[in-house]
Amino acid sequence: MKQFVSVEAKFDTDGNLLPLSIIWDDGRKFEIDRVTDVRYSASLKSGGTGLRYTCRIGNHLRYLYLDDNRWFIEKP
Amino acid sequence: MKEYNKNTDEQLNKDTNKNINHSKTSKKENTQSSIFSLQKGVYEKIGNDKRRRVILHSDCNCFYASVECLYNPDIRNKPVAVSGNPENRHGIILTKNEIAKKFGVKTGEPIWQAKNKCPELITIEPHFDLYRRFSNMTRKLYSEYSDRIEGFGLDEAWIDVTDSERFIGKGEYIAKEINQRIKKELGITVSIGVSFNKIFSKFGSDYKKPDAITVINKENYKDIVWNSPAQDLLYVGKATKKKMNSLGIYTIGEIANTPIETLRYSFGKWGDVLWAFANGYDTSPVAKINEQDTVKSIGNSTTTPRDLNNFEDVKSVMTVLCDCVCRRLRANGFKARTLQITIRDKFLMSSNRQMTFDTPTNITKQITESALRLFYRSYSWSAPIRSLGISLSDFSGDNMPYQISFFNDENKKHKLEALDKTIDVLKRRFGNYSLMTANLLKDPELSHFNPYDDHTVHPVGFF
Repeated sequence: MKQFVSVEAKFDTDGNLLPLSIIWDDGRKFEIDRVTDVRYSASLKSGGTGLRYTCRIGNHLRYLYLDDNRWFIEKP
Repeated sequence: MKEYNKNTDEQLNKDTNKNINHSKTSKKENTQSSIFSLQKGVYEKIGNDKRRRVILHSDCNCFYASVECLYNPDIRNKPVAVSGNPENRHGIILTKNEIAKKFGVKTGEPIWQAKNKCPELITIEPHFDLYRRFSNMTRKLYSEYSDRIEGFGLDEAWIDVTDSERFIGKGEYIAKEINQRIKKELGITVSIGVSFNKIFSKFGSDYKKPDAITVINKENYKDIVWNSPAQDLLYVGKATKKKMNSLGIYTIGEIANTPIETLRYSFGKWGDVLWAFANGYDTSPVAKINEQDTVKSIGNSTTTPRDLNNFEDVKSVMTVLCDCVCRRLRANGFKARTLQITIRDKFLMSSNRQMTFDTPTNITKQITESALRLFYRSYSWSAPIRSLGISLSDFSGDNMPYQISFFNDENKKHKLEALDKTIDVLKRRFGNYSLMTANLLKDPELSHFNPYDDHTVHPVGFF
């Protein structure tokens, strides 16, 4: 399942974009503890492609995608 | 995941793209003239040249359908075809996925015909912006391997990796890497042909589909290419094939082994080209990234929502088309000398007519009036019209000096040019429909289309 989400992100001085937190559609906010990997990848599960951020949120690893300026997450 | 196929002896895939030679417009004149000027001895010298090139041709499998299936996981395992809108009578199949292909659905056939073969077929309207974005992403990926990338339509490209081999790896290795990366990063599959010239690498990418790599080198090309039907060679279409068959030529090998004089006698200068293609003597370079293609013509055509029955109808459609083409002409900084109109009636009979202006022009009013006059003179209303097209060519820069005439009202011309410029700015700022001629309000059904901003995927030619 594909879920578009709001994301708070930071541009660093080199122009890199780093997501800081994900805001779910019910308003809950999940801080991203660490981004462990960034690469281009397709998401066959949710249908889409783009820059994939592997995010550690608490004890979970989640893929967060940036596709054509929209963020989406693979819903488990 | 399919296994990497370095095939030398697999059966010919019957689904190879055989229609490349149709509807492709001219592009690179230097290539053509260089081939025509070569004589047989020179060809052979090229054939034995030690400077081996390594050229990949990458072809995205079922491109539009693959992208649609990627974005809609629910339909991924069903027969899917991307097609135009049947309500606007654009209802033909543009691409189909592998599952639909198994049902015998063919590109170019009407939707009803495809649904007869495959009742569960899911038809989707095209999203050209998305396809263009994917096309750019593939090119960006290719650009990590070479600076010589030449697109052929949205979904195909040649990549010259001759110089990259030294620090990345063999052509096959690069092809394999590109194939894997596109699958992982973009979620679609590509077939890649690896060879020593552009023609054979294109042949290779068509040879085995989907998701495969075919290597055609100087050792195996006679086994792979020469045993294939003549029609699999670039620029051998239905008509050429028929003519070839009448000469007793059925395979590419037979083209290669026919004396060049015989082919020249039957096909004119194309005989030379086909003979050189079949023998692997093609030396045309892969263009560099951003190397501007020379624009040779600008045109638009449309299939109208209903048949055109009278001159008023034609006037509405022609006005919109001319407006679009002239805007594109001005945006590119050109003036044109030659105008061509294409008329297709409801029985799908096409005809072209063309005329030349005394001086190059880009004035919408003048071009529209000329197109209508040309139509009026050339069409006898033997049948209602299904589609209309207009094309301008023979360009010169719009700031080039030209000979003015005593008999033309040059002041009026300048006024019209200024008017066109103003209209261009207004349309750019406020949209295509912000300003239009009054005759277009008569029948909005016919005139309410926007070829300028709607998808423009230009057909390309090898030359």
